[in-house]
Amino acid sequence: MLIKSPKSHTLREAHITPETAYVSRRRVLAGLGAGIGSLLLARQSHGLDLLGGKSRQAAPRKPLTFTAHKPAPELILTPEPKVITHNNFYEFGTGKTDPAENSQHLKTEPWTLRVEGEVEKPATVDVWKLMNEIGLEERIYRMRCVEAWSMVIPWVGFELGKFLQRFAPTSRARYVAFETLYDPEQMPGQRNRYVGGGVDYPYVEGLRMDEAMHPLTILSVGLYGKTLPPQNGAPIRLVVPWKYGFKGIKSIVKIKLVERMPPTSWNKLAPQEYGFYANVNPAVDHPRWSQASERFIGPGGLFSVKRQPTLPFNGYGEEVAGLYSGMNLKKFY
Amino acid sequence: MSRSVPGASWRKPLATTLQLGVHLGALLPLLWLFVAINQGRLGGDPVKELIHYLGMGAVRLLLLTLLVSPLAKSLHFGQLNRLRRPLGLWCFAWATLHFLTWLVLDLGLDWSLIGGELVKRTYILLGFSAWLMLLALAITSFPALLKKMGRSWKKLHGLLYIVVLLACWHFWWSVKSGWIEPAVYLGLAIILLAWRRDSVRRWLKSW
Repeated sequence: MLIKSPKSHTLREAHITPETAYVSRRRVLAGLGAGIGSLLLARQSHGLDLLGGKSRQAAPRKPLTFTAHKPAPELILTPEPKVITHNNFYEFGTGKTDPAENSQHLKTEPWTLRVEGEVEKPATVDVWKLMNEIGLEERIYRMRCVEAWSMVIPWVGFELGKFLQRFAPTSRARYVAFETLYDPEQMPGQRNRYVGGGVDYPYVEGLRMDEAMHPLTILSVGLYGKTLPPQNGAPIRLVVPWKYGFKGIKSIVKIKLVERMPPTSWNKLAPQEYGFYANVNPAVDHPRWSQASERFIGPGGLFSVKRQPTLPFNGYGEEVAGLYSGMNLKKFY
Repeated sequence: MSRSVPGASWRKPLATTLQLGVHLGALLPLLWLFVAINQGRLGGDPVKELIHYLGMGAVRLLLLTLLVSPLAKSLHFGQLNRLRRPLGLWCFAWATLHFLTWLVLDLGLDWSLIGGELVKRTYILLGFSAWLMLLALAITSFPALLKKMGRSWKKLHGLLYIVVLLACWHFWWSVKSGWIEPAVYLGLAIILLAWRRDSVRRWLKSW
């Protein structure tokens, strides 16, 4: 059965803004974001100092050089301070603010990424070197969490598909398996099951080969023009905009091309709740909540949080629905 | 007949102090919450954190409420029973804020969604039922009503035994991962009920 996303939901010409207008608007937005951000962070660190007496310094982030690849659709960006203080990264605790508080010491430099499996040229890549030599681009994507909240995030990165081509995948490569750093000394959630929410570490994720090769799928090394903070998956993470956020595995150390569908962390923990595909689908509820709508985390305070309808494939149906033609997405959720 | 216990003279002021402690203990975290939201301490999306914080607080107050009478009995400290009503009412207040946060901030008062969620999610139905029972208990908590209702008051207020089980079950089913924390709370609830098993048995027979 082909599930076609309703036309009204997809991005069309009218939603596309000329690049110049978008760039200038983005500067204004970014300025606003930075203003709010510095306010928030200043007050926050003050509060933390009062409580802990420790000075928690945010891990330094470096500016990146990149091109804005496509004119951005008419989307309101989630302010940067919210993107970097509201995270799921159970290796650093299950609370939303835990990762930002507990991950700042993570040693992200140097960082190597091993690509192996069904490839003719397996290799280990120096991620920081790669960041400088590969052409980076900004992609403004909707991000929909399986917990029914969403953000709009300006990622900086490169296409996973083009990257994988470097290693010459063999014809046997049908799936891509990803793995996060396993380092209990640096990650309290891996030391202690209670802190880590009972997840079996290292965190693993997977994509089908055609999903991995899709031009919307990127490996991200930055957001808001700078390198990723640890809580967002520094130095390199996956972003698959039409899937729930948990597919976007963070702080990747290994990519392995394989023949068989690889295990994925959340699927191992609760298979009835988190499928392998995890495509954003308003028609398939999570057992404990509806996926038909979501709370958009945008600018503004507590009472400005808005509920909005969730789009099939998170609004990217026109590009990706074809990947799943003939599949029953209620079964393969 | 009341037993004469050494040190009885300080029991009354102690009970009064504890009562004050209950009020402060239940109110101050709410004020902290207000500050925390303003400082962005609950993260970029405070709604879920808020719901969780309020729900946990309600469960803790519920367990404390149930701790009072067996403790008063074993310590022969009848004055302690004065803590029951404020604890129960504060529990209701926290549960109400928890419920309202879900209704207003999470679901945005979208009534069709709210109705759908209540019907479709058993854990939400459990929580809602627990809240309705707490509401009935809060409404009938005036001392004047206690006298007027007599036996049926006791019968009604025994619902707290059900509420605590529903609340812990609701917590258990609502977590995304990690069952340890809800298991601890459920364990405490069972201990508290077992401790007063005779009262529970009598209450069950009264129906």
